Amino acid sequence: MSTASPPVLSVERLRKYFPIRRGVLRRVVGHVKAVDDVTFSIARGETLSLVGESGCGKTTTSRCILRAVQPTEGSIRFLTGDGRQVDVAGLPRAELRPVRRQMQMIFQDPYSSLNPRMTISDIIAEPLLVNGIGDLDARRRRVAELLDVVQLPRAYMNRFPHAFSGGQRQRIGIARALALNPALIVADEPVSALDVSVQAQIINLMLELQERLGLSYLFVAHDLSVVKHVSHRVAVMYVGRIVEIADTATIFARPRHPYTEALLSAVPVPDPRKRAKRIVLEGEVADPSNVPAGCAFHPRCAYATERCRQEKPELRDAGGGNLVACHRAAELELRGVAAQ
Amino acid sequence: MSAPATQAATTPLVTAAEEKIAAATQLQLTWWRFRKHKLAVASGILVVLFYIGAILADFLAVTGPHSTDAARSYIPPQSIHWYDDGAFKPHVYALKGKRDMRTFKIVYAPDPSDKRYLQLFARGYSYSFLGLFETDRHLLGLDRGKPEDALFLLGTDQLGRDVWSRLMLATRTSLTVGLVGVALSLFLGVLLGGISGLYGGVVDTVIQRMIEILRSIPTIPLWMGLAAALPNTWSVTQVYIAITVIISLIGWTELARVVRGRFLALREEDFVTAAELAGASRLRIIFRHMVPSFLSHIIAAVSLALPAMIISETTLSFLGLGLRPPAISWGVLLQDAQNIQALGIAPWLLVVAVPVIIVILAFNFLGDGLRDAADPYG
Amino acid sequence: MADPILSVRGLETFFHGDEGIVRAVDGASFDLFPGRTLGIVGESGCGKSVTARSILRIVERPGRVENGSVLLRRADGSTVDLVKLDASSREMREVRGGEIGYVFQEPMSSLSAYHTIGNQLMEAIRLHRTVTKAEARDRAIELLRMVGIPRPEQRVDSYSFELSGGLRQRVMIALSLAAEPRILIADEPTTALDVTTQAQILELIRRIQEERNLAVVLITHDMGVIAEMADAVAVMYLGKVVETGPVDAIFHAPKHPYTQSLLRSIPSVLAQPLSRLATITGSIPHPFARPAGCPFHPRCPSFMPGTCDTGAPGLTRLAPDHEARCFLYDQPRETSA
Repeated sequence: MSTASPPVLSVERLRKYFPIRRGVLRRVVGHVKAVDDVTFSIARGETLSLVGESGCGKTTTSRCILRAVQPTEGSIRFLTGDGRQVDVAGLPRAELRPVRRQMQMIFQDPYSSLNPRMTISDIIAEPLLVNGIGDLDARRRRVAELLDVVQLPRAYMNRFPHAFSGGQRQRIGIARALALNPALIVADEPVSALDVSVQAQIINLMLELQERLGLSYLFVAHDLSVVKHVSHRVAVMYVGRIVEIADTATIFARPRHPYTEALLSAVPVPDPRKRAKRIVLEGEVADPSNVPAGCAFHPRCAYATERCRQEKPELRDAGGGNLVACHRAAELELRGVAAQ
Repeated sequence: MSAPATQAATTPLVTAAEEKIAAATQLQLTWWRFRKHKLAVASGILVVLFYIGAILADFLAVTGPHSTDAARSYIPPQSIHWYDDGAFKPHVYALKGKRDMRTFKIVYAPDPSDKRYLQLFARGYSYSFLGLFETDRHLLGLDRGKPEDALFLLGTDQLGRDVWSRLMLATRTSLTVGLVGVALSLFLGVLLGGISGLYGGVVDTVIQRMIEILRSIPTIPLWMGLAAALPNTWSVTQVYIAITVIISLIGWTELARVVRGRFLALREEDFVTAAELAGASRLRIIFRHMVPSFLSHIIAAVSLALPAMIISETTLSFLGLGLRPPAISWGVLLQDAQNIQALGIAPWLLVVAVPVIIVILAFNFLGDGLRDAADPYG
Repeated sequence: MADPILSVRGLETFFHGDEGIVRAVDGASFDLFPGRTLGIVGESGCGKSVTARSILRIVERPGRVENGSVLLRRADGSTVDLVKLDASSREMREVRGGEIGYVFQEPMSSLSAYHTIGNQLMEAIRLHRTVTKAEARDRAIELLRMVGIPRPEQRVDSYSFELSGGLRQRVMIALSLAAEPRILIADEPTTALDVTTQAQILELIRRIQEERNLAVVLITHDMGVIAEMADAVAVMYLGKVVETGPVDAIFHAPKHPYTQSLLRSIPSVLAQPLSRLATITGSIPHPFARPAGCPFHPRCPSFMPGTCDTGAPGLTRLAPDHEARCFLYDQPRETSA
């Protein structure tokens, strides 16, 4: 993914610590390290998936990028439409607005993401309205256009969200996200609340839009099967840190981090002839307010050595395009899943 | 493989009925749901009738509420005779009072030879209709003689005042005390609850502690204390205003909690985040997205708060701490029924309790129905 | 093959609401065998959970089991029709927990927050067995150990909210097995869990099944979980079982167009990156607007006008253990239209 043009988004050493307060005086007694030193970038027209289990910090990372959550540390450089790179992390609120309209979001829950008291047309036109783009007529035309793009009939414009199914609502959410012609779309589990038969429609729509509009996606998901279908690259997170980042095909076929291996192995394969012995991880995901010393994964890792217990591994090139945070990345032969 | 997806979404085969539901606003949906709740609809109609009655109180009354006459003390409710000589001519018999020399009580006996016919839109005492114009028309009256002397639908009290007429005017006072009190509570509740929910942090903590302290004080002693502080020299109107303020001082806390809770919940809603990301201003988010979302909750909360207000006023006045004669309210009227001796002689004084119970129940059913209807996905 | 331990025939459960009748389960039939897993799979609104609740007779009002039979072969060899029992009768209560254990999706709401998990386990044990308190406690610890809870002697005194989602689901499984039932109904047991935890729980269910020759009904929307766990599969769509068969046949030779489309549309870790998925047109109809005839006909690629939209197809036997409900294999019935 080395292109001449700078990446649309480059996140460096991002940290978000939530203070834990106790007692009457609300003294800070510790921190939940939700995001701890995360670095990655997304090129134009590329999809990077952020995967991991609940509490791994993938959602907090995405909210930091949109500045819905104020990051503790680090930079979030975003390439604006006029070719400037601005650090979203440190931008004052007033300057944030024009930048933020170039990154939009698709939400997980199609029921809570649309205001039930607004018509579809008002919902989709809202980003245009609040940014003072076009008059009433122009906005209506744009809404009609956007409905075409997400393949919903224009006739639905004056309806309210309650009249739509989950998949249709998700299309409306996508139309709203596209209204301002954003360069980057953060999609937080956009299909996990949908039925299987509808999931496929939305995945295809997102792929199509990317091709047509050159969109970049940050795709936050826990379902590796969906991730395989939508991403160019995948970053795996564990307790606030990226443990591995690589091309989709590479990471699925040849993972270099033991956690990635376990995660892939745990995914049920929809083919009864491919039942295999799974790697079943022992124990539980570490508590982000009390992260184990050394590699956070070492208490559950089958390959852990003394070094893993003491020294925190950095994200390093392990060859083959994988960046891996594991001391033993070079020597381990880990099992992936093959493409058909 | 995009063809199926396109086809998937472009089959608007809908009937007119479906389109009607699809394009229905939340208000319409709420109304449709509310309509199904028969008891709530009936209660709603009843409440409206009561308020119409409150507006027309003077018109519905037959005698001046303050016209006293010791000679008419404790007259029991009168029976109306509907037919006269086979024709429909409602009338009452005039009463003759005679003192029983053993008990010294006045005993009233109807005089069948003296028939007084009921008339619609008759003339009676003169009053100002809603402050608009002077009139002396009343719904009911008698063909001859003053109604004060002969028409006692619900009897009279110790001072010979007509209970029916006083009840009409009391209804006006009590129902409006509730309204004004709720309006004040609503203002305070929405303002403070909104600030609390929107800003959070220290402001929220201070307001929440304030609410907790206010709510932890036993209400009746607090009211008593406040009401006792009202100067005796104040006019009826001044006392009336002071009482509504006192009642709403407690009432706002509940509404503030509802509003704060809704604000906190809505702040986390994805559609609010979406509006923020789109660049919507704070004011737009509050008034376009948040307030409409809990308006229906507020309406429901208000209709549940109203009966509480009415009960508060009634309680205070009954205890002699709220409105005082010559003001007339349900509480003031019930005060007359406070001692057992009076009740023994004139049990009809308790009739005031009937509208109190009906109105409170109706408001509660109405509020429940509104609350159920307001929650679209609940 | 042995006799089925549970036979469901023509089960119908309807919900009578203000806006009409919802046929949540509309003629479900399947068999369950000891030591085997039956997977019931389908999307939202297909009636898979209501089917489980109907078997257990815990359908919430205004739902009611209207028709059909649920024949349970009891330990003593006798057979009882659960539909004929009173839902709140003593006998039905003994079946629930005693004969049929059950695990639901949300372990948090199924476990009491006011009692220690040990007390809840002991209560379940003593409900069906006459044992002393001390014996019940030992048994509870043993159950917790069996479901893989570390340090069970200490955990027995903890409360459910002190446990993680995965551990809570393990406790739920222990609880459902407290009275040693011969059938376990698991309704989306891993949906609320992360993949690695899901793998742990599925592994656990499989192990316990082997140890106890348990018959398992696994209800899920996840075809991957079905492929992983089930021996036989029932595919449901809008209240109807549209296809039943052995797991290999369902995945490799599906007959019903819905099963075929569903399998094509599911994302897989085995797919090529950035590959498009086949889709099923449209979306699942609202339960009040169920299409006439075969409920799948508006979305079906093999839709035959005049046939599929007028009559409802019956179940056609395609192999001894493989049935599909589709006019492609069935002659249309006489219709009045």
